[in-house]
Amino acid sequence: MPSFITNYLDKSVQMTPGQYGSPFWALVYILVVFGGVSLAVVCMNWLERKILAHMQVRLGPMRVGPHGLLQPIADALKLILKEDIVPEGADSFVFLLAPVIILLAVFSVYCVIPFGPTHAITDMNIGILFMLGVSSLGVLGIVMAGWASNSHYPLIGALRSSAQMVSYEIAMGLAVVSAVLMTSLNDTGTGTLSMIDIVKAQNAQHIWFVFKFFPLGLIAFFIFAVAMVAETNRAPFDLPEAESELTAGFHTEYSGLRWSLFMLGEYAAMIAVSSIAITLWLGGWMRPFPNALNGATWDLAFSLFPALTFFGLAAMTFYSTMRMPKHAFFRVQTIGLGAFGAVFALIGLILLVPPVRDRVQDVYWFVAKIAVFLYLYIWYRGTFPRYRFDQLMKVGWKVLLPMGIGVLMLTGVVGLRTEIWDFLQRLVHV
Amino acid sequence: MQQVAQPVATTFFFYMLSGIAVLSGVLVITRKNPVHSALALILTLLCVAGLYLMLYAPFVAGVQIILYVGGIMVLFLFVIMLVNLEHSEKEKQFNQQWLPGILAALGLGTLFVLIYVKGKNAFPALPPSLPEANNTQQVGVLLYSNYMFPFEIASLLLLVAIIGAVVMAKKRI
Repeated sequence: MPSFITNYLDKSVQMTPGQYGSPFWALVYILVVFGGVSLAVVCMNWLERKILAHMQVRLGPMRVGPHGLLQPIADALKLILKEDIVPEGADSFVFLLAPVIILLAVFSVYCVIPFGPTHAITDMNIGILFMLGVSSLGVLGIVMAGWASNSHYPLIGALRSSAQMVSYEIAMGLAVVSAVLMTSLNDTGTGTLSMIDIVKAQNAQHIWFVFKFFPLGLIAFFIFAVAMVAETNRAPFDLPEAESELTAGFHTEYSGLRWSLFMLGEYAAMIAVSSIAITLWLGGWMRPFPNALNGATWDLAFSLFPALTFFGLAAMTFYSTMRMPKHAFFRVQTIGLGAFGAVFALIGLILLVPPVRDRVQDVYWFVAKIAVFLYLYIWYRGTFPRYRFDQLMKVGWKVLLPMGIGVLMLTGVVGLRTEIWDFLQRLVHV
Repeated sequence: MQQVAQPVATTFFFYMLSGIAVLSGVLVITRKNPVHSALALILTLLCVAGLYLMLYAPFVAGVQIILYVGGIMVLFLFVIMLVNLEHSEKEKQFNQQWLPGILAALGLGTLFVLIYVKGKNAFPALPPSLPEANNTQQVGVLLYSNYMFPFEIASLLLLVAIIGAVVMAKKRI
């Protein structure tokens, strides 16, 4: 094999392909991340409809495939085959560019997301700054889409969206800064903005930042958790695309493939901001209690989790297979569902093999934490009624922003408490 | 086996970024539609952020994207969208002062050429191999030690500007 492939595979290389300077492996990582995120968006689409339906005592999609499992594929086919309409009077160049910009902004963010200590496309000195900056480019796409449609609903949706995103970015930034401040509590006294180093700082301090300086870390995390729902235009902050008021908001005039690009961008952005929250406050790729419960036995116990997850999924699928109607009409669907369960069980078995088991650890814990966040997103949507626009602005500017500043200042004070105490004592003695 | 990452096609990227920046800069002033101008300006600012990256200043590049592209330009677009564009598109552009404009451009161009010819020795022959790994930390340390006073003054100035804007915009506070 050529050396540009084998060099990076050397056991002593313990860094991301971007840092190592290997374009080939960086490309491989990019493709894997892009494919994985797209697959996750497809799964999320089905899960959201199913979970929301069950929360409202409905069945959700049931017709295409067993339990509607093939519904996302059918939807994707439909969207690809639909006509791509550009409305009359629209600014066609900007109109066609807008969804591309949203997708570019969202997927650029995945460059620095650390799925493991070496499993990121690259690691930057300005990692978290890069993520916040590039994800704020997404609002440009929304504004362009709304303006270029030459229609009233999209314009109002775009106006709402830009006002909302600009407002909540500030609270979000303050919460992020208070977490970055916590990384500086080490011997050197300088913090870091690099995503990988932020997780390593949590490991070195033996605590997830959400529990650090209780309750300061928790409040900062709460601010971020609210702001990130607003940033991604999801319920209860989904005013830019409020169905009952604006039909579909900024993407009312889009159809077919371009509309699906907006959807892909929205769900990919949800995964991206969830992973920021996980990296900053919830220990990134680390398993629970990496320091308190260490040792070979605990390592083995925790390394069984990926396989157990898939066995659980397989068990649930087999249970559903048994509950399928016995009528001959459902025979194909029953067999299909059984095969689905068998695939889950097979993946679980592969994850039991020791070399695989050890290598998927980091990625598994990161993805598991993302999954919790995505479930929360769906849960919010099923639970909270939509905010009114003035209430939304009030929450952003008059609640979250002062809270963010307060938490930031208190974090600084608590972090420097020994220095401040020394300073006060010296003042007294002089 | 530690391999130090080499800069990727530095000269090529420099000319590409500056070329796009200049081209879109020209587009900013030639487009009749203000929204197109604003979009071209965004492209210019992004290219400038790329140039900062090439100067081993990732922090400045990140701040450029967050502040200018993500903040200021979004507000620009926000305002432009509310303006009636059909009216402004039919209006004649302000190009009455092409003679002073050309003179000023010529003067500036001569200045650049003179600096390049006379002060060739002032430029380093090779790009400096600065460590970009802790650029942000160095900026932070400098801001809070050597440049503490100017930094605080600047933030005070911004605070005054914010309060002034609120006072001017709101009739009843």
